[in-house]
Amino acid sequence: MTYEFLQAYWWVLVSLLGGLLVFLMFVQGANLHLGNRTLDDAQKRLILNSTGRKWELTFTTLVTFGGAFFASFPLFYSTSFGGAYWVWVLLLITFVFQAVSYEFCHKKENLLGVKGFRIALMVNGFLAPFLVGTAVGTFFTGSDFTVNKVAIANAASPVISTWGNCWHGLEALGQFHAVLLGVVLMFLTAILGDLYIINNVDDDNIHAQMRRSIKRLMRPFLVFLLAWVAMLLIRSGFAVSDSGEVSLEKFKYLHNLLQMPVVLVMLLAGVVLVLWGIFKGGFSQSRKGIWFAGPGTVLVVMAVFFLAGFNHTAYYPSCTDLQSSLTIANSSSSRFTLQVMFWVSLLIPFVVAYIAYAWRQMDRNKISSGEIEKTNDKY
Amino acid sequence: MQFAMTAAYHWLFVPLTLGLALVMAVMETIYVVKKDEFWKWAAQFWMKLFAVNFAVGIATGIILEFEFGTNWSNYSWFVGDMFGAPLAIEGILAFFMEATFFAVMFFGWNRVSKRFHLASTWLTGIGATISAYWILVANGWMQNPVGTTFNPETVRSEMASAAAFWEVISNPVAVSKFFHAVSSGWVTGGIFVVGVSAWYLLRGREKKFAIKSMLVGGIVGLVGSAAVMLSGDSSGIHAAEFQPMKLAAAEGLEDGGRGAAFTIVPGIKIPKMLSILATHKTDGYVPGINDILKGYTDDDGNVIPSVAEKMTRGRAALDALAEYRAARNTDPAGASAAKARLEENVQYMGYGHLSKPEDVVPPVGVVFWAFRLMIGLGMLIALVLLLSVWGAWKDKLGKMRWLLRVAVVCIPLVYICGQAGWIVAEVGRQPWTIQGLLPVNVAISSLSAGAVKTTFFVFLAVFALFLAIEIRIMIGAIRKGPEAIKED
Repeated sequence: MTYEFLQAYWWVLVSLLGGLLVFLMFVQGANLHLGNRTLDDAQKRLILNSTGRKWELTFTTLVTFGGAFFASFPLFYSTSFGGAYWVWVLLLITFVFQAVSYEFCHKKENLLGVKGFRIALMVNGFLAPFLVGTAVGTFFTGSDFTVNKVAIANAASPVISTWGNCWHGLEALGQFHAVLLGVVLMFLTAILGDLYIINNVDDDNIHAQMRRSIKRLMRPFLVFLLAWVAMLLIRSGFAVSDSGEVSLEKFKYLHNLLQMPVVLVMLLAGVVLVLWGIFKGGFSQSRKGIWFAGPGTVLVVMAVFFLAGFNHTAYYPSCTDLQSSLTIANSSSSRFTLQVMFWVSLLIPFVVAYIAYAWRQMDRNKISSGEIEKTNDKY
Repeated sequence: MQFAMTAAYHWLFVPLTLGLALVMAVMETIYVVKKDEFWKWAAQFWMKLFAVNFAVGIATGIILEFEFGTNWSNYSWFVGDMFGAPLAIEGILAFFMEATFFAVMFFGWNRVSKRFHLASTWLTGIGATISAYWILVANGWMQNPVGTTFNPETVRSEMASAAAFWEVISNPVAVSKFFHAVSSGWVTGGIFVVGVSAWYLLRGREKKFAIKSMLVGGIVGLVGSAAVMLSGDSSGIHAAEFQPMKLAAAEGLEDGGRGAAFTIVPGIKIPKMLSILATHKTDGYVPGINDILKGYTDDDGNVIPSVAEKMTRGRAALDALAEYRAARNTDPAGASAAKARLEENVQYMGYGHLSKPEDVVPPVGVVFWAFRLMIGLGMLIALVLLLSVWGAWKDKLGKMRWLLRVAVVCIPLVYICGQAGWIVAEVGRQPWTIQGLLPVNVAISSLSAGAVKTTFFVFLAVFALFLAIEIRIMIGAIRKGPEAIKED
């Protein structure tokens, strides 16, 4: 296996994990209904218990996504996490609260009350997709950092990656194109959340509410998505020459799309699947919409990552110093580490299989209000 | 500092998770084998407490992962290549196992078959244990960086071969740390169950439940205690071999020598004991703090240079690195000369970042007393476990109310013991993030002190809140007792 193959392989895996993460953020999207005034308290609790059985999967995927990035592209991890500090810390805090909210929410000793923890879940529901989207958005807009590896030999300021401003990541909120992706992701995960609830909960009234919600969310989602894609295709991108020199190229991402027809097909197929899922959820009585929109989401996210990183493109560009930009080649782990991890990654299908088996067993009966009243094993 | 707080706080929750997981799994196994509903109910009660604890453990765990990047960015780059494989394996093998089977275990009582549920309970615990192994491989590597080559091209430590990978995952420090940590988790889970049961007995409640739980918990705790002592012993040997400074600090040993004495408390010493513990020989050489500063010759005849000399050579390595980076594209001859000098001195590169030799001495007082606290409490807890199991077996606990009281007190004590152990391991290796390669002040990100302080206090507040809530919920659930969860 060549070094290039392994680097590309890990970029594909990181993209896949990213796609799965966005798909599984239906948990975040569905939790937004905890503040929905048209649902009564029992219905909210039903939703809470429905997402409560899947949140750990989303959470673990996030951890693994971060871990895979750390392991295969450590320079990205150190540059972005240490630099765009506040974005990651904010994301982190919302997930920290999410992790305890389910367990604490309905215990009377919880100090913050049921409401407090429901609000924590909703904040996570809004911010998690928004921040992840914005952070990925900066893959195309660029950030303000420099990388100097020899700094570690300099006792006075040994840090390799330095951020160029004191906003430490919050400045991304001023970049319209990056923020737009955050907004797209918020709407997308909200829709996925509705589709998931339709599939997982047995309650006609809730189904009707979810279908109405999908219809409401659909139009702004499409408008924002199209706007983001249009802006992507006309903007200049960060091209890398064979010698590793980075330069700005007009219509770089449009070129990437045309030069990598596979990615174009993935993108289109993904969008069609998402739309079909939305149609099934919003305009038919089917409960299977999530099974179209979910895989569609994975395809779209992967296509976006491929556009950012493949075809001689710098995926984490620096606007301050073009030559500091991170590429798949210059930010990855050593060949041997990637190879060890390659062998480990062959276990993934096995992991996916047991997860699928466990959840088939668990979801044979859908969740209903009757069950929630009877059982002790609930949040 | 922030990372230290998060890690220590995370370590509050991990041992109980590991220990209770085993207690529950044993109880559920008895249920499936004996088909006695009593054991199902008992397992379910402890599972409720487990779940509360597990949630906070997860919350603090993710903070650790993020902080590697946010606060220790240099370190992330420097070691990313070494940590990559262990962490990837941890994520793929362990985390998904824990998360999936935890959900089955918690919600699946009426949804999946008995056997599948039992398997899930075991797998949750095994998943948690596996993840402990891989994270300690990472930690063990920081204490004893094996299997690594410094690559001046990329400026980081890299893993170069299958043999190196094997060295990393079979690192003796990691292995004994793993057994030490996991078995101390069993002790924690065991004494927790024993203590709570003792509380019921003192109140004259839930007699059958308490005595049977005490037996299971006590035996788990005892097995753990034995393993803790064995693995603690081999940790001592490793410290002597790879981190003599840590051992010297833990012993408060200013000047070492052959046949060194072990200090129980200042003033009371056992002759030759320290040499026996550190080298398994009565006249083994144990270097003291001053010996390490000045340089010494160890038992195998290796001459260990003084810290001042290591610093000189470390600086030479750093200078050579800078020269190499400057010359590599323009002056191949100069570059290869610089590279040769770098390779000659690279094993002391970390010392080049120090400003004076005394920097290598950790806070001796703290480590010394933490070590004593850990051993003393550990022995007390082992004794309480032994007596409780004996009392529960012979049904004599009714006459041993003093023991029950001590057992309740042991619940907070076991946490103090665990934290003291953490202090010995982690404060004892200061100033190193990676032993000999990367001191703490070089491992950081370029953030303003204000930014780090802000998040520090935010996390401190959040942790205090979560801890308060967890304790309140646990006490509430214990008060209500196991009767409250019986399903109609």
